[in-house]
Amino acid sequence: MSGLVGYARDDAGAPPLLVPDYRSTVARAPRHAPIALPPTLTETTGPGGCWDRLMGPALADLTTQHAGAPLGQRIVVAGRVLDEAGRAVPDTVMEIWQANAAGRYIHAKDQWDAPHDPNFTGAGRVVTDAEGRYRFVTVRPGAYPWGNHRNAWRPAHIHLSLLGPAFATRLVTQLYFPDDPLIEIDPIANAVPLPYRQRMVARFDMDVTEPNWALGYRFDVVLKGREQTPLEEDHHDD
Amino acid sequence: MTIDPADLRPAARADNQDPALFGQTPSQTVGPFFHYGLPWKGGADLVGRSDMGARPDLMPEEHYVLNLSAPTGTPAGEVIAITGRVIDGEGAPVPDAMVELWQANAAGRYRSVDDPREDVPIDPHFVGFGRAATAADGRYRFRTVLPGRVPGPGNSLQAPHVALSVFARGVVKRLATRLYFAGAEGNDEDPVLAVVPAERRETLIARRTGPDEWTLDLILQGEGETVFFDL
Repeated sequence: MSGLVGYARDDAGAPPLLVPDYRSTVARAPRHAPIALPPTLTETTGPGGCWDRLMGPALADLTTQHAGAPLGQRIVVAGRVLDEAGRAVPDTVMEIWQANAAGRYIHAKDQWDAPHDPNFTGAGRVVTDAEGRYRFVTVRPGAYPWGNHRNAWRPAHIHLSLLGPAFATRLVTQLYFPDDPLIEIDPIANAVPLPYRQRMVARFDMDVTEPNWALGYRFDVVLKGREQTPLEEDHHDD
Repeated sequence: MTIDPADLRPAARADNQDPALFGQTPSQTVGPFFHYGLPWKGGADLVGRSDMGARPDLMPEEHYVLNLSAPTGTPAGEVIAITGRVIDGEGAPVPDAMVELWQANAAGRYRSVDDPREDVPIDPHFVGFGRAATAADGRYRFRTVLPGRVPGPGNSLQAPHVALSVFARGVVKRLATRLYFAGAEGNDEDPVLAVVPAERRETLIARRTGPDEWTLDLILQGEGETVFFDL
């Protein structure tokens, strides 16, 4: 397997693991720096293409999973999954989960005093097409308080999990909404240095917006790209 | 004067031309509430069809929209359990972690178009990807088959191993590690173990705790801290 082309390492927008303002990182961030290793088949392969067998069908509309419509503002989120060279990444599984419009998760451990919505689970799964495109329908999630510090509130966000083409490209991130004043004071979003934080903010888009039905947001996700193939060494014959 | 509907929209933003905006999407924590969005029933059972992997106790059953995975048959190889606890820097178990597993089949072949070897067969009954939420005591558990050996850099051969990712509240970016099997052929010359300082290699080597069970704790921080890799 000599000459195996690996994936790029993290770029400048990657957050550090220890973010003291985000309290939960203090006892959970490793103290040792991660060890670089040469790319092997383990890192350059992944389960892409097996999602339907592993996890079942796509569930791209989070507003039709129950008897009635969920409360809140219906939105469409659409975009592309690309690599760092701007190439489409097809057949990528994107799993999503989020709070309801009042900012509450259905999860038993969420004790925030906001109402549950019987018509909203907040979990879905979409798969990119041959051009790397995806689209899902949901409601805009609410902000909610959390216990990190006094008067701490999470900005509205949707969790995204992408399987991508390889073990090395696995990504879990969060999508934030434009013009949300909570982003700049949120320790989790702030783990990402400026100006790269803007990569996690969707933008309002009239081309995704549907008349008389839903506001639209565009959000492209960029996964690590392949490293350049090493050039053949020149052999100089004097 | 009439208004052209095409003008009734915000000015376009040149996001893709700005290097600060176009580049790898930064990682964020999976948070504490991923259990209804990510782990699925059967997600930790790569061999059979069981409830392993999910935490349906953490959400009402009617909201459990994800499917039980559907294996097509029994994969070839020696069936094993892989288990262990996720532990934080204070020695406390992490009850809201998710562990993912990626491995080759018993013949040493990855189920991926990016594994180009035609001489090593894909097992039609084995994908090699699993996902387990930790229990209240921090324990994860997979049922899988012992992986075969796969090539490493140059002409090397890797020892049997599985790749693991650890996600949790407070883990901003997934932690990538590996699990090897104590006493397995090839551990001594494995090209990845070789780049790990000798005194930390033990954190990657599972010990046998039963006739077909292997155990490795994943220690996020502090004494015995697991080796994590920069991929």
